[in-house]
Amino acid sequence: MRLNLTVNGKLYETDEVWEGESLLHTLRERLGLPGSKNACEQGECGSCTVYLDDVPVCSCMVAAGQAEGCSVRTVEGLADGERLDTVQQSFLDAGAVQCGFCTPGLLVQAHDLIERNPEPTDAEIRESLAGNLCRCTGYEKIMDAVRLAAQRKAVS
Amino acid sequence: MSAHVNAPSRTSQDLSESITGGVGESPSRPDGNLKVRGDYAYSSDLGAEDMLWGATLRSPHPYARITGIDVGPALAHPGVYAVLTHEDVPGDNRYGLKIVDQPVLAEDVVRFRGEPVALVAADDPETARRALELIAVDYQVLEPVTDPKRAAHDPALPKLHPDSGCENNLVRYQPIVRGRQDVRADVVVSGTYTLGMQDQAFLGPESGLAIPAEDGGVEVFLATQDLHSDRKQTARALGLPPDKVRMTMSGVGGAFGGREDLSIQAHVCMLAMHTGKPVKMVYNREESFYGHVHRHPAEMYFEHGATRDGELVYVKARMYFDGGAYASKTPVVVGNATTLGTGPYEVPNVDIAGWGVYTNNPPCGAMRGLGAVQPAFAYEAQMDKLARALDMDPVELRQRNAVEQGSVLHTGQQLDYPAPVGELLERARKLPMPPERDPAAEPDIRDLPGGAANTTHGEDIARGVGYAAIIKNVSYAEGADDYSTARASLQAVGGEAVAMVHTAAAEVGQGLVTVQQQIARTELGVERVNIHPNDTSVGEAGSSSASRQTYITGGAVKAACEAVRETLFERAAAKLGHTPPDLAVVDGKLVSDSHGVLADVVEILGDEVIECTREYHHRPTYPLDPETGQSELVHVQHAFSVHRAVVDVDTQLGLVKVVALDCVQDVGKAVNPDAIVGQIQGGATQGMGLAVMEEIQVSDGLIRNPSFTDYLIPTILDTPPMKVDILERGDPHAPYGVRGVGEPPTISAGPAVLAAIRAATGLDLTHAPAGPDHITGTAG
Repeated sequence: MRLNLTVNGKLYETDEVWEGESLLHTLRERLGLPGSKNACEQGECGSCTVYLDDVPVCSCMVAAGQAEGCSVRTVEGLADGERLDTVQQSFLDAGAVQCGFCTPGLLVQAHDLIERNPEPTDAEIRESLAGNLCRCTGYEKIMDAVRLAAQRKAVS
Repeated sequence: MSAHVNAPSRTSQDLSESITGGVGESPSRPDGNLKVRGDYAYSSDLGAEDMLWGATLRSPHPYARITGIDVGPALAHPGVYAVLTHEDVPGDNRYGLKIVDQPVLAEDVVRFRGEPVALVAADDPETARRALELIAVDYQVLEPVTDPKRAAHDPALPKLHPDSGCENNLVRYQPIVRGRQDVRADVVVSGTYTLGMQDQAFLGPESGLAIPAEDGGVEVFLATQDLHSDRKQTARALGLPPDKVRMTMSGVGGAFGGREDLSIQAHVCMLAMHTGKPVKMVYNREESFYGHVHRHPAEMYFEHGATRDGELVYVKARMYFDGGAYASKTPVVVGNATTLGTGPYEVPNVDIAGWGVYTNNPPCGAMRGLGAVQPAFAYEAQMDKLARALDMDPVELRQRNAVEQGSVLHTGQQLDYPAPVGELLERARKLPMPPERDPAAEPDIRDLPGGAANTTHGEDIARGVGYAAIIKNVSYAEGADDYSTARASLQAVGGEAVAMVHTAAAEVGQGLVTVQQQIARTELGVERVNIHPNDTSVGEAGSSSASRQTYITGGAVKAACEAVRETLFERAAAKLGHTPPDLAVVDGKLVSDSHGVLADVVEILGDEVIECTREYHHRPTYPLDPETGQSELVHVQHAFSVHRAVVDVDTQLGLVKVVALDCVQDVGKAVNPDAIVGQIQGGATQGMGLAVMEEIQVSDGLIRNPSFTDYLIPTILDTPPMKVDILERGDPHAPYGVRGVGEPPTISAGPAVLAAIRAATGLDLTHAPAGPDHITGTAG
């Protein structure tokens, strides 16, 4: 089937999308945007998190057809050209990236948290990121990164 | 804002660096920018023109005879380019890390549920999946061997590897005896402890891309812990010389031991070479549970005898490790578990034995803390039990018996490097405690056991504190020639001296790329260091496992850079006529204390490149005596860590909230302190997972929970704040004095959490993980 959607501000029209295909598969394999990750493909790990019309979703749990006419923003769409988004820069500076496979999903989820709640408490950060598994870091430096990003966004 | 967020406390540093980002600092990762942009190419992100998708048909039975395979209907399906079975394996249909016992594709027998039987290549992943369903395999189902103890001792059970020459289904038996065997003690405690099967649960699925080459070879892009080990085994299966199998590392989404054995490697190459097209394979999460080895489950009997004043007199232990269908790292698990089975304690009289066996359960192999995780749960439970029997403080009992430099272990090996276990315990005891719960205040339920499930508002909550101290070997042991290779170069680029480091050592997330840059900066005195992609065009690096890469590949990078520097000095002497003996490179300049700046490095280099390749071998180790387990030096180095856990337990529901999980660890030399803290916190979280939630449920040889819905790993809500206190007592035998870092925290965290739950509940809790059923006494 044919699918029309906007991803990171760019309009895509793609044919041959299979009816059973996930949005994640379409992004990764048809649109050349593999930044969203395929760790569990069953909505448990959050590594495929993208904005779908400004709401963070697990793109593995969205049928590609459901995104018809929608606007999607992936990890590849967070930076402004060369300039990283504050959340991305904070993940780097806090050492929150190890293997990095969870990072794209966490960045989108944390980005959304700070947009909605500019001064999250630790408990709010943990609750908000509870759907994003990380196996490398033990989450401490991810907590540091989100606190840092919130501080930086507050003063900018 | 400083990049040093939540910096750990550390002992003194004496390295004075004139350039930034050298050894002892915490520069950020060179791959970090790509990773936060989503532009870092993991092995599952790859693609090629005209590419096919591979898929694997796996056995539904843990033990069965294959009586026929019909690939005809699958092959006839539109879009299918190849269906391959064992008859299509071009070379030797056997591989294995230690023992070559595993078929690339099953022949007449399948030995575990999930064993690869056939392969498909198709033009679309969905087509490949449907074609798998069209392959008809006839099985004669057999009664599986599932009891590891019987597998070791019962000659009536079928031998799963009849050609192996082993007794019953035994892969390795290793006893270690030292001192008197008829000794008695004032106080004796004993117990039987069991450990479930843990999954590495790396997030990046097994995946890779193979592209057939014009010379009859194959180019492979993949995620692995050891390129050369993969190449050796894959080339054997393909019937090709190793240099025709050229492997390049792609982005690795975590490993933790689960990428030491082959998964897609031989399969994806077979499909590519058969079809003449690029082929990509990517497992989904369920297949990943079948597609890699797990941590060995164990049953361990331990008996500790001590004097009335708390001095250990003897330790007796009997340990069984279920290796599943193929050997993988089972021999090493037995070696590590028996040689480390007394823990970080001096024990004069020891009688330990370990058995590793074949069964029809899922194959088990490497996972972080290999063979040291299992006994640590047992010996640390025993130390607490002994402390209670002696009415002694558990930390004091551990300190009284702790090893130190000069101690002789039960293998006969004397520790000829720092072993500050007593100090680690003291520092752990003195770390600030988390605040007590205020029973009067309305709690935030997210901080309580059960969390947002709203199962308690503070009633029936008991707090407990537990400690664990552990020992782990670093690097390969028992006589293995453990080495790594590094190529370093220096050249002038745009008026600046630029170094390049090239190794085959796998960056799996741990930060080895950063460490290699730091070493090159320190040794060559230049700021810019590029890391060449890992591939097999340089010599072997060994595996990113056993906490060994900073030590071994770090040693190789240091040696290669030193050789480059010596060559630079020789050229400087030739060009300048004479150079002083205290010549050094600082910030791209040749300097000496006596003569000041002599020349720019770029002037000496001109348009030439200096390139040197060096191997680094650690000092020799020796095998264990097969009957006594004695060895002059079985392990090249030991590492030590101590964890203190604080938990709140809902005693009615058996739910646990880990409140704090603080670590003190000796790292010898902190090459990158921030990365070390990340390793310790991440490692500890995996250990905590094994203590409270992580277990692959296996019954009748079948995995019952092959998904992240049913196999739980800690989330950010499950994980507490973790303080880290780093000690640096250099090992004089190791480059810069480094000591392996990655595994110890995984080993000490779990036993500390269980100790804290026991302290909160008064229960024995002999199984890890301790779930609600164990804590409420409803476990079957």
